[in-house]
Amino acid sequence: MSNNGYLFAAYAATWIIHIVYLGTIVSRYSRLKREIEDLKKPDVRKAGVRF
Amino acid sequence: MKRAFPILGVLTAVLLSYALYEALVAAPTEQTMGDVQRIFYYHVPSAWTAFTLFLINFVASIWYLVRRNPAADIVALVSAEVGVVFCAVVLVTGPIWARPVWGIWWAPGDIRLTSTLVLWLIYVSYLVLRRFSSSGQTPTLAAALAVLGALCVPFVYFSIWFFRTQHPQPVMGGGGSIDPRMLHVLLINWLAFSCFAFLVCWSRYRLESLQREVDQAHALESLLEPRGSTR
Repeated sequence: MSNNGYLFAAYAATWIIHIVYLGTIVSRYSRLKREIEDLKKPDVRKAGVRF
Repeated sequence: MKRAFPILGVLTAVLLSYALYEALVAAPTEQTMGDVQRIFYYHVPSAWTAFTLFLINFVASIWYLVRRNPAADIVALVSAEVGVVFCAVVLVTGPIWARPVWGIWWAPGDIRLTSTLVLWLIYVSYLVLRRFSSSGQTPTLAAALAVLGALCVPFVYFSIWFFRTQHPQPVMGGGGSIDPRMLHVLLINWLAFSCFAFLVCWSRYRLESLQREVDQAHALESLLEPRGSTR
């Protein structure tokens, strides 16, 4: 691999790691949204829990 | 606050793009290593950002141990998680830089490399503890582990002073010198990565707070359910 290849690999690896981590945050948000929708059913509202 | 997040997001994206331009184009080419030395502008700021996040984790853990403040517990968790991500970047970019410069990917037994790996593993074990332990004492145990992890940070940073190692001296406090233009680019990249880390921590903090509210609501819901019914 040329020197520029190593440079490109290091920069790409950095952003791949960050993007994968951001992807896990987004997927956890989506899962949480679905849970909140489930909780917004009348039984829970009676208990006074609001989001 | 809701408006501040996207504004800060755009500013961070601009800053990261500018920092990338500075690192790849504007920074002078190092005479011995050539262009591959530009890995330095991602490797070192990532390490500094990871160390800063581990320091925040340490302060928040102490705060939690003293005051039992749930917000401090969330800050500790979030800073450790994002710190592990930045430390992973350091552990990946380091060998990619070492291969063309030292001729090897990893120097087994090198104190700087090994201690950084151990530090990363300590914080990974912290996150595993947080994720899989359901005991009520988990935040306390995790805070104690975080204190241990934080004690390793100065050891990792200054290990070069006390042991023979292939790794170069630290840029700050190492007694070496650096071209002012390179230092400028390094600091720009550190600022950009710090802003990025702050944004990620912010969104992760919101997510964790919301998750805890939902968990409480689930617990409340199960208490209110009539006996014998299932979800």
